[in-house]
Amino acid sequence: MSDILHTHTETASHDHHAGDHVHAHHKETFLTKYIFSQDHKMISKQFLITGIIWAIIGGLFSVLFRLQLGFPNESFPILETVFGKWAQGGKISPDFYYALITMHGTILIFFVLTAGLSGTYSNLLIPLQVGARDMASPLMNMLSYWFFFLASIVMFVSLFIQTGPASGGWTVYPPLSALGDASIGSKAGMDYWIISMALFVVSSLLGNLNYIATILNMRTKGMSMTRLPLTIWAFLFTAILGALAFPVLLSGLILLLFDRHAGTSFYLSDIYLAGQALPNEGGDAILFQHLFWFLGHPEVYIIILPTMGIVSEILAVNSRKPIFGYSAMILSLFAICVLAFIVWAHHMFVSGMNPFLGSVFVLLTLLIAVPSAIKVFNWLTTIWRGNIRFTPAMLFAIGFVSMFISGGLTGIWLGNATIDIHLHDTMFNIAHFHLVMGVAAFFGMFAGIYHWFPKMYGRYMNNTLAYVHFWITMIGAYLIFWPMHYQGFAGMPRRYLDKSVWVSFSQFHALDAMISIVTIIVFVTQLLFVFNYFYSMYKGRRVRSLNPWGATTLEWTTPINPGHGNWEGEIPEVHRWAYDYSKDGRDFIPQTEKVGDNEVTHAH
Amino acid sequence: MHTFLLIVILLLGFIITFQIAKATEFVSIIQGEERTRKQSNKINAYLLLAFLIIGLFGVYWAQHTLGDKILKFGSAASNHGLKIDQMMKYTLIITGIVFVITQVLLFWFSFKYREKEGRTAYYFPHSNKLELIWTSVPVITLSIMIAFGLVYWYQITGPAPENATEVEITGSQFKWEYRYAGKDKVLGKKHYTAIDEAKGNSLGLIWDDAATHDDIVVSNPMHLVVNKPVHLVINSKDVIHSVGLPHFRLKMDAVPGKPTTLWFTPIKTTKDMIKETGNDNFAYEIACDQMCGSGHTSMRGEIIVETQEEYDQWLRSQKAPYSDVVTAKILERGKAKQDSIAKAEAASPKADTATKK
Repeated sequence: MSDILHTHTETASHDHHAGDHVHAHHKETFLTKYIFSQDHKMISKQFLITGIIWAIIGGLFSVLFRLQLGFPNESFPILETVFGKWAQGGKISPDFYYALITMHGTILIFFVLTAGLSGTYSNLLIPLQVGARDMASPLMNMLSYWFFFLASIVMFVSLFIQTGPASGGWTVYPPLSALGDASIGSKAGMDYWIISMALFVVSSLLGNLNYIATILNMRTKGMSMTRLPLTIWAFLFTAILGALAFPVLLSGLILLLFDRHAGTSFYLSDIYLAGQALPNEGGDAILFQHLFWFLGHPEVYIIILPTMGIVSEILAVNSRKPIFGYSAMILSLFAICVLAFIVWAHHMFVSGMNPFLGSVFVLLTLLIAVPSAIKVFNWLTTIWRGNIRFTPAMLFAIGFVSMFISGGLTGIWLGNATIDIHLHDTMFNIAHFHLVMGVAAFFGMFAGIYHWFPKMYGRYMNNTLAYVHFWITMIGAYLIFWPMHYQGFAGMPRRYLDKSVWVSFSQFHALDAMISIVTIIVFVTQLLFVFNYFYSMYKGRRVRSLNPWGATTLEWTTPINPGHGNWEGEIPEVHRWAYDYSKDGRDFIPQTEKVGDNEVTHAH
Repeated sequence: MHTFLLIVILLLGFIITFQIAKATEFVSIIQGEERTRKQSNKINAYLLLAFLIIGLFGVYWAQHTLGDKILKFGSAASNHGLKIDQMMKYTLIITGIVFVITQVLLFWFSFKYREKEGRTAYYFPHSNKLELIWTSVPVITLSIMIAFGLVYWYQITGPAPENATEVEITGSQFKWEYRYAGKDKVLGKKHYTAIDEAKGNSLGLIWDDAATHDDIVVSNPMHLVVNKPVHLVINSKDVIHSVGLPHFRLKMDAVPGKPTTLWFTPIKTTKDMIKETGNDNFAYEIACDQMCGSGHTSMRGEIIVETQEEYDQWLRSQKAPYSDVVTAKILERGKAKQDSIAKAEAASPKADTATKK
């Protein structure tokens, strides 16, 4: 508590003593600067680097299970050398396979695309773009990272226990996840999973409440809500979604924990397993699905909204045009945020739910396509008649829009319950969500990294490597996921590791092998990006101008390497919205510039 | 060895790419950064255009090579399946059009409005008219799709016709079992605590209920009559499974403690499908669609759709498990009697004959 107060008074004093150097106030040791830092910029880097490490692990898992899918009859002795009993004879065992896909999903959805994404950009950009010295509570912010770190440690440890990590799918549906006899991964691994996710929820709450408070209360003078860049609006809605949805997951998981160890029957009923009738009666396995998807569906928007904000910003900056339909963009974000809470059961159309209930969810689900469509058309109009600079960030932003269209349109298929009966839980579904929230979110994340790297480290990333990274990833992503729609049209279920016993699904050998090879290439390309990231941190070209992209927003008014407190001297005052590009014959007008007398006034 | 070689090749590729990247950065500094930037801007603009053209060709190519490996729209083998196929066809047309238009615009705009000397971007912050158009058009289109979808949805999930045959399907790790009502056309009561695999009662039928006595329990394949509605009652004994019927375009989860149902009318016999697909091994398959543990991949069921005569013949050849229970009981009773005699004899001092037998 004293720390919070301390920082607050310090921040306040800054406003009065213009020109004071921030560093002068407190001595920074290695520990306070890099480890237990309360500087939002450092915490954002911590989130990003932890996220990168997780992404490598999660990506590697996908390479491993793609080896099995692409080459079910081959054996890879190296796998046995590394993984021992899990890959006897160099072949991935079913238990190992299911552990891999479960961890792939858990890691990428929660640890990379939630913590790694929101944690990075909300932390980095909220104070910088709203004009604040730091978060509302830097201590809570620091704790948010360290709870995430603890969650990471627990999840990481679970990879090494004897019975393996959780392996019931990232959705951990009971009874499979509740009964150790049903699956080896539901023994100790599942407990680790629950504990890790509980810590994760704490981290997410600490972070999200902080983001909301900062955005609402700590905007600089003149920064009204309608002058905020869209990034901040997106982070605000993301934080609201996270703060309201994650606790429900936690409650669902606690009940699951009780079922596992306390003999309760929240989710269990009428089960005969391993030659024994279990005493549990009266529980409802579907209840868990409701609780899970009440988080699970907002979760996909928690993943995609921040990248929508990032992409909107980057498209505007690099087209040298204002974002088209600023208010429509905010309204559509708001609509998505509200609708995200009332569409969850479209994941459960074939769970035996009441058909009338199903039809309500069809209506609401397809409704959410409208704000998404508005966003796409607004992005297209933003680049229309622009003067586009293809920085790596811009390419990834364009790639994002392309992926979002491709994956979003198949959402209209799956959201319509009639079609979902056939395509539910098939490879079509895999193709859909990987394109729309997996690849697209990664593209948004990459766009953000390339765009704000100069702000983070005062250096540029290597452009050539960035272009290679973009093009291979773009082509690779389509090669991997486009053909999966066809596997779905064949009715092939997801999570099948060997199709040889099936008459209906065994016709895709060559295709599966192709997808696996492309996966390996794309994975290696991501390592190239990671290499570029760390290499450029130390050896990249130095940034020499304050505002390398010619952007209007506040973060580019800070010094090239801003210290804790961001601005030397007073925080700048804001006089206009964030998107005055190519107005009145000027390339861009920073937010800090007063509105001129002869200027054509805009609603904002 | 192969793996090792692969890793070496990837590593080499990695190093070479990095060296080239480093070199180009030096060259750009020598040439002047602005010039290099413009050059790469142009290259990337053309690449985006190329990506669009090759990508659209790729879409065609995917259809060309994979199109005949899928379940073709309109080839469904059930009444509901035909509706779902039709729904998919119209959805494909609508989303296909939107897909092509938006992707073409995205890449074409990117290419056309690439940075050029002397071009200034057009300050165009908003237009209520445009927003209105692209709010209302999707709303109308989606409403139509929702309307069609819901009409079909209610038809599919609605009550089964009176004359439907009731068949119970029960999933467990990792197999399917099917139960047919016998002559009484009623499935007898069951409870999971009555399950006793050793005594041939794998579904937990309650013998006290006379309706179970003529119930027939079979493992693969399930037999169905063509053009006759079937009402599946879906159960699970352990974890959640899902009855996936790709050829009928249907699916329903099997949830322990919470029976679900699904009805449809198969419209093609297995023999019809063998002819239609030209595949002698063709079989209607039941694929478990909900991850259920390590054997999920091989949780395969089979359905034979046949004519009424063939079905009746098959059904006659089946024996109700209760008959086994009765025989077992008689045998048991007999054995128990023998045992008790043996015990009694063993208890008496002179009885050493019982052990010889």
